[in-house]
Amino acid sequence: MNYFLTEEQQMIKELAARIADEKIAPIALEYDREGKFPREIVKYLADSDLCGVYIEEKYGGLGGGVLEMALVVEELSRACGGISLAFAGTGLGTFPIILFGTEEQKSKYLPDIAAGKKLAAFALTEADAGSDAAGIRTTAVADGDHYVLNGTKQWITNGGEADIYTVIACTNREKGARGFSAFIVEKGAPGFSFGKKEDKMGIRASATCELIFEDCRIPKENLLAREGMGFIVAMKTLDRTRPGVAAQALGIATGAFNAALKYSKEREQFGQPISSFQAVQHMLADMAIQIEAARCLVYQTCRHIDSGAKNISKEAAMAKVFASDTAMKVTTDAVQIMGGYGYMKEYPVEKMMRDAKVTQIYEGTNQIQRNIIALELIKEST
Amino acid sequence: MTGIEIISDKCIGCKLCLKACMFGAIDMKEKKAVINDNCSLCGACVPSCKFDAIRIEKDKAQKTVDISEYKGVWVFAEQKDNVVSQVAFELLGEGRKLADALSAPLSAVLIGSNLQDQAEKLIAYGADNVYYVDHQSVEHYNDESYTDIFVQLVEEYKPEIVLIGATTYGRSLAPRVASRLNTGLTADCTGLEIDPEKKILLQTRPAFGGNLMATIICPNHRPQMSTVRPKVMKPLEPDYSRKGEIIYPNVIIPENLKVKVLDVVQTVCETVSLSEADIIVSGGRGLGDAKNYALVEELARVLGGAAGASRAIVDAGWVDYSHQVGQTGKTVGPKVYFACGISGAVQHLAGMSSSDIIIAINKNPDAPIFKIATYGIVGDVLEILPELIKQFRERLN
Amino acid sequence: MNIIVCVKQVPGTTDVKINKETNTIIRDEADAVINPFDEYAIEEGVRIKEKVGGSVTVISMGIPKTAELLRETIALGVDEAVLLTDRAFAGSDTLATSYALSMGIKKLGSYDLIICGKQATDGDTAQVGPSLAEKLGVPHTTYVRKIEEIKDGYIRCQRMTDDGYEVIEMPLPAVITVVKEINEPRLPSIKGKLKAKKYEVKILTADDIGADKSLCGLNGSPTQVIKTFTPVHEINGEILEGTAREQAKKLADKLLAMQFVKCR
Repeated sequence: MNYFLTEEQQMIKELAARIADEKIAPIALEYDREGKFPREIVKYLADSDLCGVYIEEKYGGLGGGVLEMALVVEELSRACGGISLAFAGTGLGTFPIILFGTEEQKSKYLPDIAAGKKLAAFALTEADAGSDAAGIRTTAVADGDHYVLNGTKQWITNGGEADIYTVIACTNREKGARGFSAFIVEKGAPGFSFGKKEDKMGIRASATCELIFEDCRIPKENLLAREGMGFIVAMKTLDRTRPGVAAQALGIATGAFNAALKYSKEREQFGQPISSFQAVQHMLADMAIQIEAARCLVYQTCRHIDSGAKNISKEAAMAKVFASDTAMKVTTDAVQIMGGYGYMKEYPVEKMMRDAKVTQIYEGTNQIQRNIIALELIKEST
Repeated sequence: MTGIEIISDKCIGCKLCLKACMFGAIDMKEKKAVINDNCSLCGACVPSCKFDAIRIEKDKAQKTVDISEYKGVWVFAEQKDNVVSQVAFELLGEGRKLADALSAPLSAVLIGSNLQDQAEKLIAYGADNVYYVDHQSVEHYNDESYTDIFVQLVEEYKPEIVLIGATTYGRSLAPRVASRLNTGLTADCTGLEIDPEKKILLQTRPAFGGNLMATIICPNHRPQMSTVRPKVMKPLEPDYSRKGEIIYPNVIIPENLKVKVLDVVQTVCETVSLSEADIIVSGGRGLGDAKNYALVEELARVLGGAAGASRAIVDAGWVDYSHQVGQTGKTVGPKVYFACGISGAVQHLAGMSSSDIIIAINKNPDAPIFKIATYGIVGDVLEILPELIKQFRERLN
Repeated sequence: MNIIVCVKQVPGTTDVKINKETNTIIRDEADAVINPFDEYAIEEGVRIKEKVGGSVTVISMGIPKTAELLRETIALGVDEAVLLTDRAFAGSDTLATSYALSMGIKKLGSYDLIICGKQATDGDTAQVGPSLAEKLGVPHTTYVRKIEEIKDGYIRCQRMTDDGYEVIEMPLPAVITVVKEINEPRLPSIKGKLKAKKYEVKILTADDIGADKSLCGLNGSPTQVIKTFTPVHEINGEILEGTAREQAKKLADKLLAMQFVKCR
């Protein structure tokens, strides 16, 4: 299908696809098994200028937006939904700076991220603050020219591997949702350390780690936006990165579909390839329909966001829900089509099924996304 | 006028030539074939035409040399560490046939130092005489000095055919010499013959990755030069009673060389090298997974042989390129060759079909490998290999 | 340092199928690509440039559409791309190719190092590198797996041999052919691709480079293909039947009986 990508977007997609096929696919199973972080893949992305596709040209990026980021995430995820997170997680950590950073903050951090020299991460979740972010316990207290952070962030993508962290902490408990603020914390800041690295079901090549702040002192100029804006920073960021999760899911689904389609043509039972059986054909058709529909929704949502639209929460949530549910369904069916082989770790689809699951959970569970969508719908209709 | 021509009266628009063209250089216009700019004059379309409607012509070659002055067949006797390489003896075996067909002498060219015994060995293997350039400074192969000397010899003695082993050195020396002499060179020949009427050399080599064989001639230039890979030709049984002459040619040994070999380092000292092994066990895609290659290695170890691989699994990164057998890997000719889970793509066959005994193990009874196998086992290589390892392990000890 | 890299357009796959009946090639829509070995040559050229400065020029002799592939090399760090294309070059064997390339290179002006891939995947001859060096009257080294040192007028490199390597030094200008062990070619960058898109490949004809047409193409090629045919590999072997164990036993019996496999 013609997705009406510009020539540059097409280039970005093709180059990301090459990295996926030539560099990621051969190592995906090993990195999944051993939970290794894909440093060298980041280097390939950097050398290809892909690290900065969504960063302004004046900071060394390519000046694209959410669609460019999604194209890269989708292609990389086709080969490994875990490895793609080194890139996608950096986007999540970087968007707060892109959206709310001062000129000084942008010129300090964005060029290194665009050049792939530094990775970023976004730290919101805590043990008692998941879907309900108001439960955040991490505090930031002003002390002269500094803020002092205390608390523990949990399940942070790129944790331990990233150099730049945007951290949401409570600056004023009494103000409720207006009592949170966003900070940039650099790796190596005094009092900033990493806790345990999680052993996960899927996306095992992605580092997921605890961040521990013990009287961590950061300079005041590391505050993003203003005090009390932390929630807004987080929500505006997530609106822009949920299509990234959707793209990750889309890529995983596409990878599983391709594997199942190829297998169905090669595998012979009862003297003919299983692709000649209607039961399999219908599964393949349904998988393809859902993927195509997801892709159209994801790309269109990205374009909507990149057009500068103000209200994007509902659309971003829709893309995330639909693509991640599709990924779960398609990867499950891919395992089914491949039967016993699909269930074995020697073949990639069981991994894709494991990887797909998280896309229904993180950056806001699909249940929370449906809440967002419904609330917006009701709001719009009144 | 040089070029390709479609004789339009003869062309019936059957499109056979379109399929034959690798370059997409033939179009159909008004039901006739037409050649476009993509044509490389490779000639593949000419034999494809059943109606002789395609003609490739070239201008009359300017004959700068009198080819009748050139007589005899030469073999370059490559040596390393004062030992002549096996390929030279193989080439003498082939060269003998060519020389006999031409009623011409067969000579070996030996460059080095302290090689008297090697010169005699070359005679035992079929050479009528040996041109032996004996000098300390050319003890080790050097592109520059060997080219200078070889060209001097050719200009002085004028052989009509020169055969060179397609080794690391041979593939460097041959094109340099051919270029200086402005003559033709055909690489990696798998068949050499003398045209009984024209008395010229018919050189056959694989083309298009070994999927087609091409016969190539060099009609108007001399010498006719070919390289041949090791293990493709068979040496004669040595006969030390053969008489031959060792000639010490008067050549200028080049001095003040630009190219200097500073050091020679040997790094490979692993088990048995593929090209020397009497038994080779090779694995292919049928192994299913990289880790199953261990079975191939194990059988090779039990048999005291070497482990080889098809291009497919080398490309897939299962094993190192140094194990690759085939057109783009090593050519081997062991006594026994096991092809385990290898379907037998032409490009693989090009590298091992001269093995004495070929054993094919493959699930697919229609795999091309069975066509050349001495013994075939239709079955799952993952079941057969452990049984073979067991059999040989028990019975060899 | 002025570096020239010679490249060739080859079919995207060597896995060509032959129609056994008509003895012709079944042509898939296999894309043309730059000879994979030449990618290592380009990468090495660009790496040298990045280290010691200078420029990298790729040159190819081929059909007009080769220009598209040459343009893409700009995205890999190449500075200039030159295509020699002319009907007069058609039908070149390796000698005529070397002649045309040598004339093209002389036309470009001065150079320090010429890098070629060790061979092209379509012909596998490995002849053009050394032959070109001869036509230019400069020294050459084949199968280079590492450049140890390169500076004005001097190169020291390692040539891969069957059982190790040799360390060879030469004065520049010179020709080297490289093996894939020498480096890992980079991927293009987006900025490079955008630059490549705007780049115009320099096209030179036989007349432009002052080539003697009697030495070009079919006229300049001493070798001629007179026949092509499908290789026949067929012998009627014996199929060993039975269970896996029985099959293995039968085979072991036969090989031991023939004494190809001996007890130690």
